Order: sequence, then C-alpha cells, then structure tokens
Amino acid sequence: MSDYSLFDIVGPVMIGPSSSHTAGAARLGKTAARLVDGDIVEVKMILHGSFAATHKGHGTDKALLAGLMGLSPDDEGIKSAFEIAKKRGLQYSFTCEDSGRHHPNTVKFIIKTSPGETHEITGSSTGGGRIIISTVDGLELNFTGERNMLVTRHKDTPGVISHITALLYEYRVNIGNMNVSRNRDDGIAGMYMETDNQLDTELIEKIRQVPGVLEARQLTALYDGGGV
Amino acid sequence: MRAYKVLESCKRDSTDLCEYMIRREIRVSGVSRERIIERFEKMLDTMEAAAKHALDAPLKSVSGITGGDAYRYNEYIKSRGSLMGDIPAAAIAYALSGAETNASMGRIVACPTAGSCGIVPAAILATARARNLPRETVIRALIVSGLVGLIIADNACLVGAEGGCQAECGSAAAMAAAAVCYMLGGDNDACFHAGAIAIKNVLGLVCDPVGGLVEIPCIKRNAGGVVNALTSADLALAGVKSYIPFDEVVDAMKSVGDALPAKLKETALGGLADTASGRELKNMVFGQD
Repeated sequence: MSDYSLFDIVGPVMIGPSSSHTAGAARLGKTAARLVDGDIVEVKMILHGSFAATHKGHGTDKALLAGLMGLSPDDEGIKSAFEIAKKRGLQYSFTCEDSGRHHPNTVKFIIKTSPGETHEITGSSTGGGRIIISTVDGLELNFTGERNMLVTRHKDTPGVISHITALLYEYRVNIGNMNVSRNRDDGIAGMYMETDNQLDTELIEKIRQVPGVLEARQLTALYDGGGV
Repeated sequence: MRAYKVLESCKRDSTDLCEYMIRREIRVSGVSRERIIERFEKMLDTMEAAAKHALDAPLKSVSGITGGDAYRYNEYIKSRGSLMGDIPAAAIAYALSGAETNASMGRIVACPTAGSCGIVPAAILATARARNLPRETVIRALIVSGLVGLIIADNACLVGAEGGCQAECGSAAAMAAAAVCYMLGGDNDACFHAGAIAIKNVLGLVCDPVGGLVEIPCIKRNAGGVVNALTSADLALAGVKSYIPFDEVVDAMKSVGDALPAKLKETALGGLADTASGRELKNMVFGQD
C-alpha cells in the first residue's frame, strides 16, 4: 500500500522555481519564526550544500527571509522579500559554509529577538516542499511542521513532565514524538512534543498552571501533507 | 500501487479512474470528497493563471538568462498560425507560460514537480477549451493525472535528482496523456496506454540543467512534454496500444534511472550543463568558478 496522497503528486501551490529550494526554504523560515518568541530584529542565515551553491538562482535567500517574516510558500510577496525586510527594519545576512555534515539543502538561522534573546535553529529541505527542523538551541529534534507541536520551558525538576503528560491523557491527546533538553547552568528545561490532535486553549492554560512551567504554547500544524 | 490492480479494481466495481482515486484518497487521508474537490478547484485556478501569465508580455526569469519565449510563441501563433493544430499550439503556449512563470518566481502548482509544472495544465486546458469541456471534467482529469503520477512515484520516482528528466517531464507527460485521454472519453485501459506511450517516448531523458537552474532546458522540455502527451493521448484514443504495459514501462524507467550516472541527474555536471555555452551561462549568473 502506498503512503502517497494525491496531493503529494498534484501540489503544492507554491512560488517557483523549485519545491526544495524555494517552497521548502519558505517553509523553513516560517517554521523557524514560529519556534521563537517575540519579534525578530536580526537574522543570520548560514547556508550549506546545494543551498549554498545555488541559492541565488533559485530565490532560496528570498524564500528563507520571506518565511521568517511569516509569508507562506505560495505568497507572491516572496519575490520582494528583501524590500519587505528593509521596510520592516529587519536586519539580515547570508553566508555560505560547507561543513559536509548536513543534508544537502540545509540552513542554520541565528535569530535575535526584541526581548534580546538569541536562538539557533537548523533545518533542511527534504524534497517536494517538505522540511525537517533538526536542532533548536542545541537540542536535536525531528520536527516536520506537519503535526501540532507543544513547546514548553520549565524548571528542570522531577514531576513537571509527568504532570503535563497526565493532563494530555486527561484530554485524550496522543503524543507522536517528544524531545527534552536542559541547560544545567540556569536549571531550565525545554520540551518539544508532537501531538496527533490539536490542544484546546483550556488544556494549554492548565499546562501553564502546572508548578514549574514557565511557558507553554502550541504550534499548530503548518500544512496538511502535499498541498499548502 | 500498480496500474493492473487499479484496472482490476475499477472493473470489479464498474467505476472509472477518477472515482477510484477519489475513494482511495478519502480512505487514505480521511478527508471528505468535498474537501478534495475544493482543493483541486483552488489548484486549477492557479494552473489557469500560470498558463496565461507569460503570454501577453515577455516574462524574464529571476536569474535573467531566460524568458520571453511564451510571449514570442503566442504572438507567432496569433499572427502566422502554428504549424500544428489549435490544441497543440495552445498547449505549447500554455506550457511555456507555466514554466516561465515558475522560473520568474511566480505562483504555480507542482505537477508533479515545479520544473515540469507546465505540462499537465497545458494539455488539459488546451483540450478543454477547444472541445468546450466543462470545468468539472477538467477537475476529474486532473485527479486521473494524479493517479498516474502516484503509480510512478510508488514504483519509480518523480524527481530529476533520482531518475533524470524522464522521471519529471516524462512523468508529467504520462499524467497529461492519461488525463487528456480520460477527458475525451477514452476507457480506463486506453488511459494507461496513453501514459505508457508518453514515458516510452522519452525513456532515458537526462536531467542536465544549466547552472542547476530550472530554466535551460527545462522550460522548452515543458513544451516538448505537452506535445508528447497529446501525441500519446491521440494514439490511445485511436485504439493504439502499448505493447509493453504501463507497469512494465514504469519499471523500465526505474532501472534506466538507476543506471544513469550522477552527473546526468540534476547535479548540473553533465549533458547540456557541461557544454561551453552552458558553462558560460552559468558564469553569467553565479560568476566565474
């Protein structure tokens, strides 16, 4: 039995010229922006592999930047991304580096936000407009944006995660994938959890009330397989 | 998924390829029939816009090395008339327009890929216009094209980096051939004969884009691809059969694709990309090596 959907073959609706180098790039930018809190004031993009070699001709640079500003892969504004960024006062730069360690179409975003925080996010375009986010602030992930994700920041103490998962069970939310990391210096842990269904606001509010939870938010699925 | 099984299933249920595909999508994705049609309506709108976007004024690619050929060709058929009939001439114009829209960072529908996005819309829109076919028939034909592409994706592949251009423009032509055959009343078997003939015509076609850009020769291969699709549909509608069944043709495409060296699979290291002019054009965009 095939795993393909009809919309993997016909679709997505996208801005050309390349599903991997343009549509995937826009989706990477958009996903990275959703993973950070606050307004983005500056972004450095380090391109690897084929992204580094051919980004100019494929508009990969414009698509990454447009995505970071919230534009979707089918938004005709992608073409004017540099002008839009200038108008918004968003600082950006591109550098090419080939470590050889990554998937061929990979970008690392170094994002500064208005609260003054810096985040590092790495992701790859895996073909047909699909993406994978592989690291967020040093934590290894395998996040595609195709499912809902719960993101938390919490005190690195016993019981916080079990309290959260108990709440998810109470609301019959199934967990598909889960990553946890911590910073020993400040005693803060981060959790990224893919869920099969969307969490309702009441549940998210209850998670925020869990002792030790500093922050909890949901990233809804960015797209439903194939079409945008 | 295999074509022969799809045909068996359609025969058993007395249904056609479009209906088979809709039922399968509902089962696999859990989405409603209405939602499927709604998404296709939206995609068809985008396809129509792209098929006409580059006809009325020259449209340049982002790299600046190509563009304006859809406009040039459309002016030519308007003023002097094409060597071919109305349907292939309109289809060539639409295919060039779709491919140039893609290269200019315009909005398109990957079908099955962005590089081959001009072929399927051009074939079905040119046929529908000339034969006054309703929009509903166009949508049903698009769904049939998706079924053909899905069988190729399952048993070979749809990307140049894995299978060469035969897998991109070849697959798009097979999808378009089956769709046109379906629109004009060809039976289920005929649709797969059309698809098989289209792939056979370009079996072994390499993916050799100049500078790695989706422009040279991709844009013109969309024009060639749509004529291949119409030729194949015409043959199948006449009752011509492919001696090699669709499934075996797809298997042949897979083994030929596997045998192609890496330099002929989208790496821009061989074929047209590795000619004196190809290298010069690349340097115009990216600077000297």
